[in-house]
Amino acid sequence: MAANWTIDGVREALASKKISARELAGDYYKRIAARNPGLNAYLTLSQDRAFAQADRVDALVASGKPLPALAGVPIAVKDVISTRGVRTTCGSKILENYIPPYDATAVERLEAAGAVILGKTNCDEFAMGSSNENSAYGPVRNPEAPDRVPGGSSGGSAAAVAAGLAVASLGTDTGGSIRQPGALCGIPAMMPSYGRVSRYGLIAFASSLDRIGPFATNVRDVATVLGIIAGRDVNDSTSTTAPVPNYASEAEKPVKGLRIGIPKEYFGEGMDPEVRKKVEAGIEVLRKLGCEIREIRMPHTDYAIAVYYIIATAEASSNLARYDGVRYGLRVEGDSLLSMYRKTRGAGFGAEVKRRIVLGTYVLSAGYYDAYYLKGQKVRSLIAQDFRDAFAKVDAIVTPTSPVPAFRLGERTADPLEMYLADIYTVTGSLAGVPGISVPCGKIGGKLPVGLQIFGPPFGEGRVLQLAHAFENAGGATL
Amino acid sequence: MKITREDVLRVADLAYLDLSESELETYRNQIDEILEYIGKLNELDTANVEPMAQVLTDDQTADATLREDVVVPCQVVASEILRQAPDPEPPYFRVPKVIER
Repeated sequence: MAANWTIDGVREALASKKISARELAGDYYKRIAARNPGLNAYLTLSQDRAFAQADRVDALVASGKPLPALAGVPIAVKDVISTRGVRTTCGSKILENYIPPYDATAVERLEAAGAVILGKTNCDEFAMGSSNENSAYGPVRNPEAPDRVPGGSSGGSAAAVAAGLAVASLGTDTGGSIRQPGALCGIPAMMPSYGRVSRYGLIAFASSLDRIGPFATNVRDVATVLGIIAGRDVNDSTSTTAPVPNYASEAEKPVKGLRIGIPKEYFGEGMDPEVRKKVEAGIEVLRKLGCEIREIRMPHTDYAIAVYYIIATAEASSNLARYDGVRYGLRVEGDSLLSMYRKTRGAGFGAEVKRRIVLGTYVLSAGYYDAYYLKGQKVRSLIAQDFRDAFAKVDAIVTPTSPVPAFRLGERTADPLEMYLADIYTVTGSLAGVPGISVPCGKIGGKLPVGLQIFGPPFGEGRVLQLAHAFENAGGATL
Repeated sequence: MKITREDVLRVADLAYLDLSESELETYRNQIDEILEYIGKLNELDTANVEPMAQVLTDDQTADATLREDVVVPCQVVASEILRQAPDPEPPYFRVPKVIER
């Protein structure tokens, strides 16, 4: 199969009329037809919408007018992000036939910039999972190793780009769901700061943690897509008015002299020794680029998983109350309103979603609220303080993205707690609200990708991209 | 043991969630293990720590940019919304009978 395109490549090819946007979209649908049956990365294709958009781009090319930043670029969208007229399931049976009546702001902005939305990608049900095995529509396979998981929850978005079935994609990250699949599939993947990208139209899992962000084949393309979707949106009161810099040019800045913090707590037990070797080699790359490497302490790291599974499940139990068989989605009839609710939710939600609703309802319930939810919020403050203290001393924090490379399908499904612990390096930044990227850092045995995670201070996306880009240019991906 | 079968039943009831017998037992065991793990938070003294109730600081929140309270027509057409309902009766959503006569 031909190599995946880059955003710059698409722009040049369109401008020089080497290919039309319609031909390019058609080419990607051929790739999808060939590979998706094995990978299960896409759940729904949106050909009508894609070709209509491609035709608009081709008309623009013919008119000789300047092309917007993503003109003709084929992009995939995670199936928890609303797309008007295109089925959006959240990987759940409860929304099997749901067709949103409006677009998410991120989708609207992509299309306004000329992007061609190819379809919707598979994910763990309501974005709850770390392996994509919690999808009601079957797992996604890792393009690099088909007997293994792609990571989760945005496994389909990561696999689609890694397999060359989209130039870029949108995922969502609540506890690691962009960065971890990016690491496991070997592509750059970015979680922006909380408040950087509008969540309007993102079907909520945990509202104080959920973020939309991009996957692409290279850091520059991640920066370009982020620049399009970022910025204030009146429909999301948590989207901030902070100005959006030109991330693609921020990414080009030199990194010499930047201070990099390496938190000791992220290199303890539980990390695969091969992952450790790659990440340590990655840190050496940054040192050779002229960065100043400093050991730092982030003493509350070890409590992050416990806090995360209180806050995220509590918020989920509230957000998922809306699936009641009345306004949209599945309804299972019962002999009363309450019995209809109970049966609909019992039949429509999968095992992991029900587990989290039960846990989240429990930690919020009378008599347990203080012991769990309030305690969790307090320790969340301590974790955020760890990040503030660190950023008083360093410009960025570098860690592994995941303690392990892609694991085999079915290997971890029996024990939910073990699966949760896979998020140990990503949930901290989620709780603190800071931006983070996972950038490829070599492959174990030349086969299983490892990710290097770079955290920046709130709204320090430019800094994060700058380091990731320099790391990529220095050959970080081939360590 | 942190959580009993009755706790799971009570919580499932609060969440309007039908669980089978086997789900009840599985969740009880798994959530027990998770709560045991979460118990490690008690190692930390948080008596003087403020809970983090929101992510953004005051100067970052949109509170700084509260908009005028003006009516803006909804772009979404009501019929498109109702079409997604399992049992619509435009302009209403229909539900099983709630009030007994």
